[in-house]
Amino acid sequence: MKNTVILGALTIAGLSAGAAAAGTLDDVKARGKLNCGVTTGLVGFAAPNASGEWEGFDVAVCRAVAAAVLGDATAVEFVPTTGKTRFTALASGEIDVLARNTTWTFSRDVDLKFEFTGVNYYDGQGFMVPKELGVSSAKELDGATVCIQTGTTTELNLADFFRSNNISYEPVPIETNAEAQQQYLAGACDVYTTDASGLAATRATFEAPDEHALLPEIISKEPLGPLVRHGDHEWGDVVRWTLNALISAEELGVTSANLAEMAAGTNNPEINRLLGTEGNLGEMLGLSADWGKNAIAAGGNYGEVFANNIGEATPIGLARGLNAQWTKGGLLYSPPFR
Amino acid sequence: MSHGDLSFMSTLTDPPKEQFRLSMLVNDTRYRSLTFQAIAALVLALAIWYLGNNLIQNLRAAGLNISYDFLGDRSGYDINQRLIEYDSQSSHASAALVGILNTLLVAVLACITATIFGVIAGVLRLSNNWLVSKLMAVYVEIFRNIPVLIWIIIIFTIMTAVMPGAKAYLGENPERELLFGLFAFTNRGIYAPAPVWNDGSMIVVAVFFVSIFAMFAYRRYAKKLLFDTGKLLPMGWPSLAILILPTVLIFFLLGQPIGLDAPDPLANRFNLRGGIQIGAPLIALWFALSIYTGAFIAENVRAGIQAISKGQFEAAAALGLRPGRVMNLVVLPQALRVIIPPLISNFLNITKNSSLAIAVGYADITATLGGVTLNQTGRAIECVLLLMLFYLTASLLISMGMNFYNASVKLKER
Repeated sequence: MKNTVILGALTIAGLSAGAAAAGTLDDVKARGKLNCGVTTGLVGFAAPNASGEWEGFDVAVCRAVAAAVLGDATAVEFVPTTGKTRFTALASGEIDVLARNTTWTFSRDVDLKFEFTGVNYYDGQGFMVPKELGVSSAKELDGATVCIQTGTTTELNLADFFRSNNISYEPVPIETNAEAQQQYLAGACDVYTTDASGLAATRATFEAPDEHALLPEIISKEPLGPLVRHGDHEWGDVVRWTLNALISAEELGVTSANLAEMAAGTNNPEINRLLGTEGNLGEMLGLSADWGKNAIAAGGNYGEVFANNIGEATPIGLARGLNAQWTKGGLLYSPPFR
Repeated sequence: MSHGDLSFMSTLTDPPKEQFRLSMLVNDTRYRSLTFQAIAALVLALAIWYLGNNLIQNLRAAGLNISYDFLGDRSGYDINQRLIEYDSQSSHASAALVGILNTLLVAVLACITATIFGVIAGVLRLSNNWLVSKLMAVYVEIFRNIPVLIWIIIIFTIMTAVMPGAKAYLGENPERELLFGLFAFTNRGIYAPAPVWNDGSMIVVAVFFVSIFAMFAYRRYAKKLLFDTGKLLPMGWPSLAILILPTVLIFFLLGQPIGLDAPDPLANRFNLRGGIQIGAPLIALWFALSIYTGAFIAENVRAGIQAISKGQFEAAAALGLRPGRVMNLVVLPQALRVIIPPLISNFLNITKNSSLAIAVGYADITATLGGVTLNQTGRAIECVLLLMLFYLTASLLISMGMNFYNASVKLKER
């Protein structure tokens, strides 16, 4: 029985995952465009700039994948998703990859049938409060009104944190980051909680960022990474190794400045394999030989992407911390390119 | 029964009984429509079966199975606005129940206020006062022509921006004092005192209910006296006295058994504690739904009043009734027959539009079961099916109730 027609009707419910998953790579190539799910706007991670172009840390992943697959970092259709709509959008095939600071959890990986292709940011849930409240620890928040983005793991972490510390709170569920920000600034909630990186990004957009403090408690592990549908391993490999290429490039010292020079051939065989002058890694992935070079050319290596979008020189001002290379005491560790 | 028996039993004056032939299904106009209806029903049933079967097959192919087991699992999230006991240890089913009650709460509140707004605006729109009627026309046209979601968000945003934060009321030397020491109006909601039921409070409540009955009995007696003898007893102040005086008397006789738990600005550094909190999301949603649907109801009311013939107004005026009484005693009761049927669909719209609650963070059924629960469990199909079932049931019950009411006010034909 041919089910494709009916499947079309059912995409809303996200049912087509199983049947439509095979061949995302071919679909993207045929379409000439990558459909990439991002947030509805979180400065530094994914937000349109003054000229309407999407930019940010998660956007850079989309652009790198587009560059690796299609050789064109601008061939991306950005699909803004909320915490609630993101999984349906991915499961239904509306987007090819979701790069939207999404936490890698067991149930999302196993039960919701997605495949996390790595971690591009090691995060944890934090709290932001106005300094005038004089709060120095999250444990002093008894009775506070807390704004949360609904449909996220933060909701559950928050409930667990307050419960285990035996203190009470009033949750205010908010659909998007922009609304949460408005509620928080108007004083409708005392505290805003989400991933610490998101808090820093939100604070950077305030008129007076100095008047708000991030509390020291990080109450959860939030490994954020891009994800694809379960079952399409070729496509999963493309996204995974594109991310790894950016991380390895930093480790190996390949930057957007010396990329052209390195791509001409070096003494380091791993760099040569990464940039496609040696071996046939691109062919194995079903991509062109210079896929790795294109991915790095899109926005630089991982370190450059980090520094340009959310690093200490930007208004968001995040330190590398856990997100430093393993050689520098961080957790970033790309498997070898061979 | 065979054909032979029939001809034996029938008399000669009967028209000859025609034997049914299969071709008559198409050629005979008596059967043709039945045939086509049967075919249409069959095709529809096949289509539904095909869709359903595909759904099941595809779900199986995708490795998804329909299961409602998740309803018993621990929900793990908290809800701010709740009418029953609930915390993050409760099940997804109780989270859904909290949502259902919240939906019903805002729907009932909004139906009542929308009707009040609608009737006032509809009557005033027909006012002879140019300014009043034009103002009402502006109200109706502005509110019914802008989507309700936008009204919900506008009202919530204005509330958050204009009202003071809870901080203004907190501490030893607050910026603002509680109104009468009892009420606080913040952008988190309105804090009001809660009643405290001490020993003997039930007697006061019982007396109050008896007073209500007594008041109706008095009004009935006064009306009967008026109709029977033409003697007019005062209605207004005795009703009020019967309603209030005995309760107040008993209340003080028993030593004030009902106390008030006022919001306490000193108990917590972030929020007022104690009393009843009516959250800002509820207020914004309630007000937006009422004022939006009120504009539609106003038009229904106007249509209903204009459907009453002019002679009714003139006859009532000729009897010496003042304009207010003409409207209340003569016109509106007749206009109800025209107003009620479209009012039913307005009530249904309120109930369904309340699903926009999540825009302002109000935890209705769509936000709990269709929002957080759906997200945490990933059981989209199950949750959406339950949501559909709930809204269908609620809507049908409302229609049923309103249809009974409609039957009671419609023109009794004898």
